[in-house]
Amino acid sequence: MNRNEIRDVLLEIIADIDEEADFAALDDHKPLRDQLDLDSMDFLDIVMELRKRYKLQIPEDEYPELATLSSCVNYLEPKLRHI
Amino acid sequence: MVPPHHRMTSSSSLKNNYDAIVIGSGLGGLTCAKRLADAGHQVLLLEQHFQLGGLATWFKRGNHIFDVSLHGFPYGMVKTCRKYWGRTIQNSIVQLKNIVFDNPQFSLTTTFSKDDFIRLLQERFGVSEAVVREFFTTIEGMNFYDDQRLRTRDLFARFFPGRSDIHRLLLEPISYANGSTLDEPAITYGIVFSNFMNRGVFTFEGGTDRLIALMEHELRQQGVDIRTSTRVKRIVLEKGQAKGVEVSGTHSGFIPARAVISNAGIVNTVDNLVGQAAFTPDFRDRFAGVRINNSSCQVYFGIRKGESIPDIGDLLFTSTEKEFTSEALRDMRTKSRTFSIYYPKIRPQAPPDYTIVASMNANYDDWAGLDSQEYAEEKEQMVERCLCDLERYLPGVRSKIDVIESATPRTFKRYTLHRKGSSFGTKFEGLDISRSLHKEAPGVFHVGSVGIIMSGWLGAINYGVIVANDVDGWLREESAV
Repeated sequence: MNRNEIRDVLLEIIADIDEEADFAALDDHKPLRDQLDLDSMDFLDIVMELRKRYKLQIPEDEYPELATLSSCVNYLEPKLRHI
Repeated sequence: MVPPHHRMTSSSSLKNNYDAIVIGSGLGGLTCAKRLADAGHQVLLLEQHFQLGGLATWFKRGNHIFDVSLHGFPYGMVKTCRKYWGRTIQNSIVQLKNIVFDNPQFSLTTTFSKDDFIRLLQERFGVSEAVVREFFTTIEGMNFYDDQRLRTRDLFARFFPGRSDIHRLLLEPISYANGSTLDEPAITYGIVFSNFMNRGVFTFEGGTDRLIALMEHELRQQGVDIRTSTRVKRIVLEKGQAKGVEVSGTHSGFIPARAVISNAGIVNTVDNLVGQAAFTPDFRDRFAGVRINNSSCQVYFGIRKGESIPDIGDLLFTSTEKEFTSEALRDMRTKSRTFSIYYPKIRPQAPPDYTIVASMNANYDDWAGLDSQEYAEEKEQMVERCLCDLERYLPGVRSKIDVIESATPRTFKRYTLHRKGSSFGTKFEGLDISRSLHKEAPGVFHVGSVGIIMSGWLGAINYGVIVANDVDGWLREESAV
């Protein structure tokens, strides 16, 4: 998967969690939490969905890597490169 | 379509091997089972009682249905139920708009929401807007990783020094919701109170019986095997790792599984289901410091069919105690109680039914030592105190009541098996024990009321999701090896 594909997957997962999420104005470099109505439970849902789809284990101390869309992509890129 | 209420143990046989066995079907256990099944795991749910739900329970007496713990939950349940349980359950959540406080210090009706509390604290309690807003900003900003040494007592003293009336307004309802006192870490207060303040208090249309029936239906749809009246004797370990469970009753024997999730109380889980010998000395030391939360008493009143009562509010926090103290709240002969009033609107599909549930916090030890005659007398006096208080709000209600039932900490212990009949799990330190169980005994997890924040209907469901994530991580890691 390339960076764009990873970004699309993330938006798809977030759309399932937060149905009212508006991606049009989303700034990739600002915290997702501040722009969308996401709480810590929602981030857990993202972690569990990524594990289900790609067998990807994200340890709890690396959850902060998921703060912004671009930090998510940076973090996931090497892990999902071969998928 | 609402599935039948009482589906007894199915006769279909068990599978040879499960990915996960969940012991106990409280809201945490049910939700954990659902999430694991959603993630594609084979799940078996075992419950010692004949009915699912744990303390999210109900019972029938003389044509009435009594809800034991429905009372009211925060708005967060809407999102939580949509994400983890689906639309049908989400769409049945409705607001309770009239929350009443009545005590010697103040009497008021509120929606128990932030907007209304900002107004009340200014208009009724004379606090400046700046202080009120700063208080809300502070508690909303609190999270689990903050300083845990700050006590709720300190938080209140900082914003509302010397104002025992405001302390009562802020803490009394939360004490009934999760047993907390002024001495708990302030973050536990901030997290729970902010949840309620979000938009007010909500309930489930159709009652507890319908909610649990819908949840059971969802679980069966997802292929979860469910066995009620099946008590687990112990969690079986091999080389320190989960191997399955040993059950008694109709399905007695060993059932293998790669992960075991206990929704029994944390103390029973460590002491009885696993056994302390399986743990490191450090863990056992920390475990020894876990304080169990208090228990409850309840008195249930059914209004004779054909009779009705006027709308006096949905949830009443009442007290004739001059000031609030946690000790007085839990006293055996407490003058403080909540009345949850269930009008026919709660079960719109059923014939009109009015029920009233009085709830009190209680110490197990006060009730445990009574002989049968003393016990019967104390219960009778408790019923009478509740009736007298209720008549202050519903004059003449006594003549309309056709069913009275009561419960004490001994009753809670009998049905839940919780140590000392705990209604709200453990104090804060229990959370660390619950969270670190699987680090000591790989494949063994705990979900259930712990740490005050993982308590109540919303806390229990969300904790079920958090633990399911741990279990899913473990199962997938283990199968990759």
